[in-house]
Amino acid sequence: MFVPGNNPGMMADAHIYGPDSIMLDLEDSVTMAEKDAARLLVHNALKTIDYGKTEMVVRINPLNTPYGKKDVEAVVKAGVDVIRMPKTETAEEVRELEAEILKVEQEIGRVGETKIMAAIESALGIVNAYAIATASPRMMGIALGAEDYSANLKTNRTPGGAELLLAREQIVVAARAAGICCFDTVYSNLDDMETFRKEVELIKTLGFDGKSIINPRQIEVVNSVFTPTEKEITKARAVVAAIKEAQAKGSGVIAVNGKMVDRPVVLRAERTIALAVAAGVISEEEAL
Amino acid sequence: MKEAVAGTLESGDIMVTIGPGEGLQVDLQSSVAAQFGRQIKAVITETLEGLGIKDAHVEAVDKGALDCTIRARVTAAAVRATGKDVWKD
Repeated sequence: MFVPGNNPGMMADAHIYGPDSIMLDLEDSVTMAEKDAARLLVHNALKTIDYGKTEMVVRINPLNTPYGKKDVEAVVKAGVDVIRMPKTETAEEVRELEAEILKVEQEIGRVGETKIMAAIESALGIVNAYAIATASPRMMGIALGAEDYSANLKTNRTPGGAELLLAREQIVVAARAAGICCFDTVYSNLDDMETFRKEVELIKTLGFDGKSIINPRQIEVVNSVFTPTEKEITKARAVVAAIKEAQAKGSGVIAVNGKMVDRPVVLRAERTIALAVAAGVISEEEAL
Repeated sequence: MKEAVAGTLESGDIMVTIGPGEGLQVDLQSSVAAQFGRQIKAVITETLEGLGIKDAHVEAVDKGALDCTIRARVTAAAVRATGKDVWKD
């Protein structure tokens, strides 16, 4: 969930709503005149506020602006989990960020702890998606930034998202090939929750791991779409139990409810159970 | 040192104005001054001392800011007032 980096009230309360990840923003939501103050606010908040298990991400300004390198210093020194790099177009940019992170980490003796998420927001970035996704071992995910991307394509956002289809698929494929996560863009009309839900259902079908949001009201919709149903969980557990039993007997192919179960079915079942555990609908013990 | 401001009057924030002064003088307006005034002033003073500032006049209008917000806003105002950043250029 995006939270403006110069709004201390929102920064203090954001985790109460239970997002998986909070993204404090130093880029587009902060005016140029307030970049210095927002950087200090985010640094002090990260060092002080107990966000529990919530993953803490900071979207920094691009490194080719006067703010980017200072942002890296401030958030790495505060122990951020992930730096979100905006407007990423090449693998070289990721490596440049990696070098900046390493310099600060060496100074504070915390080498290798800071992960990178690259936001892809242009046609060139989409073309280079796999190179970006594999540019550094620190890469934990890639994300689509659809407003800038649509503008770069010389088109507009539409409710159905036809203009984003290639970018979305390219990001999912690149992330899966690289073995990292992928996150979809924000949906900014808070008064149209129906279209928002359809968009979340679409991106889940495409294979995304999650969606960026801009308001706590959107959390429930994303969680409800991504949380497996009771029926899906029951089926997945039957598959996993059957494959364990078959493996114990030395058999590779099994049938559940009369249908053949092979490796892709097992992988999907395991992912369903992992999602159910992550969503808190079953415990880790129940998943075993 | 010139006069400089940081922060807003929104809920959860504090607006800090720092200008030239002798010693550290802090004038605080806060709806929770009776309960937390001493603590807020202590955070402001400690932050300035940590930055090596011994002489300044501070006006602060608090809207229920956490200590980390007070430290951030005081530091931002001090950096703007002195021109000395806390990050590397």
